[in-house]
Amino acid sequence: MNNIEKIVEDTAVELLRISATELPVEYIEEMDRLMNGMSGAVGKAQMKNILEDADIARDGSKPMCQDTGIVAFMVKVGDEFPLRSNLKEILVEATKKATTDVPLRPNAVDMFKGNTRNNVGLNGYVPIIYWDLVPGDKLEIITMPKGGGSTNVAAHRMLKPGLGITGVKQFVVEAVAKAGSLGCPPYFIGVGVGGGEDLCMKLAKNALLKPFKVHSSKPEVAAIEEELYEKLNELGIGAMGLGEGPSVLDVHVEMAARHPASLPVGIVISCWALRHAKATIGSDGSVDIDTSA
Amino acid sequence: MINLDHYLKTPVSEDDIRKLKAGDLVYISGTIITARDEAHLKALELHEEGKKPPVSFSGRGVFHCGPIMRKDSEGKWEVVAAGPTTSARMEIFQDNFIEVFKPAIIIGKGGMGERTSQACQKFGCVYGAFTGGAALLAARGIKEVEDVFWLDELGMPECLWVYKVENFGPMIVTIDTHGANLTADVGVKVNKNRDRIMEEMRK
Repeated sequence: MNNIEKIVEDTAVELLRISATELPVEYIEEMDRLMNGMSGAVGKAQMKNILEDADIARDGSKPMCQDTGIVAFMVKVGDEFPLRSNLKEILVEATKKATTDVPLRPNAVDMFKGNTRNNVGLNGYVPIIYWDLVPGDKLEIITMPKGGGSTNVAAHRMLKPGLGITGVKQFVVEAVAKAGSLGCPPYFIGVGVGGGEDLCMKLAKNALLKPFKVHSSKPEVAAIEEELYEKLNELGIGAMGLGEGPSVLDVHVEMAARHPASLPVGIVISCWALRHAKATIGSDGSVDIDTSA
Repeated sequence: MINLDHYLKTPVSEDDIRKLKAGDLVYISGTIITARDEAHLKALELHEEGKKPPVSFSGRGVFHCGPIMRKDSEGKWEVVAAGPTTSARMEIFQDNFIEVFKPAIIIGKGGMGERTSQACQKFGCVYGAFTGGAALLAARGIKEVEDVFWLDELGMPECLWVYKVENFGPMIVTIDTHGANLTADVGVKVNKNRDRIMEEMRK
């Protein structure tokens, strides 16, 4: 293994550690603010437990939640970056290493042979790696551990185009109400509209990673985000679904063009622990880690 | 909504369980056992075959949890993180499990449904909600790993971990033996709000 390969592997392991153990401070500050402004002892106790747990995780460098998810990397490879297809092998090795070092919970299950025990498995699909090619000489890697609880409440529907934006908003309200107490609220909501039956889900997942509380630069999309944030909190799910405190912390909508006959909508929901971390690696081996929300 | 704090020791008697009311806070000392989808299935399959699972659940806590565990330098198991998993997945067999194995308390997150509530009323069991995701708070109450079963077959998240716990909690009783189900009540309100909001959006 040459030097740059080693740097990428070590960085990927470090990102998996950071994202599992350190919740972005912006989320913590917002939950703290909401906790102090709320009434209701049961909901308040839930918020307090969440914040205390996140503190212990950061201080002790331990995963804040036992469910460290299916390992996923979002990767942008610069045209001039020295590594290419061997990046996959490096990220797979990093996944195995992080599983024992962080440690992460072994979460890759073979339906016939059981848990693979190293978070890697089946036909090269897990860890999940999303690839993008970009100009420049840098490599960007984002890790995003996402638990099964909130993953299970994702929603997808091919709407009739005639239902329009109203139909999209109603579907989001319906899906979040259905998620209810199941996915560890307060939630972060990512909505993907258009593109096709698969792309809308990917857009929804990407939407979760948009900067916290920064709405779309397109006024008509920003208006949808603001309206949904308000209406989803009116649902009254509350912290842990006990009816008190915030239901939703942030909403982002990402849009692509749609087919004239289709209105695909994807909704990806994250629990309070929206865990992610980003590194930018230069061709010279420099590493810049970004843990902001 | 919070009523009383209860400190329970396992085995918990059915009388003590029937004293609990929805909204009470509960802390447990004694033994709790992790069991998720696969462990529930396997325990019930063994029962069908006239066999017993390797550990008794009677009067103890059943914890819906797939923890992160590791061995320390002396080869002893230690808990890294052990928060609750979504209990609703177990709704399909929890009533049967309660009837057969008589646990005192089911510990999880997100609440459970009518079948579990019925079984709790009939057989004397409660559901205690632990804050979802708060895996390190939960781990703090676990003092020792007494045993592990089915690890090879089911893997770390799905096997039976037997934990010795001290003041493990707090759990909020959301399903008691008197027919209350707090999470289900919130769900009814949420659905009403949903209908109103969707109607307003139509206009």
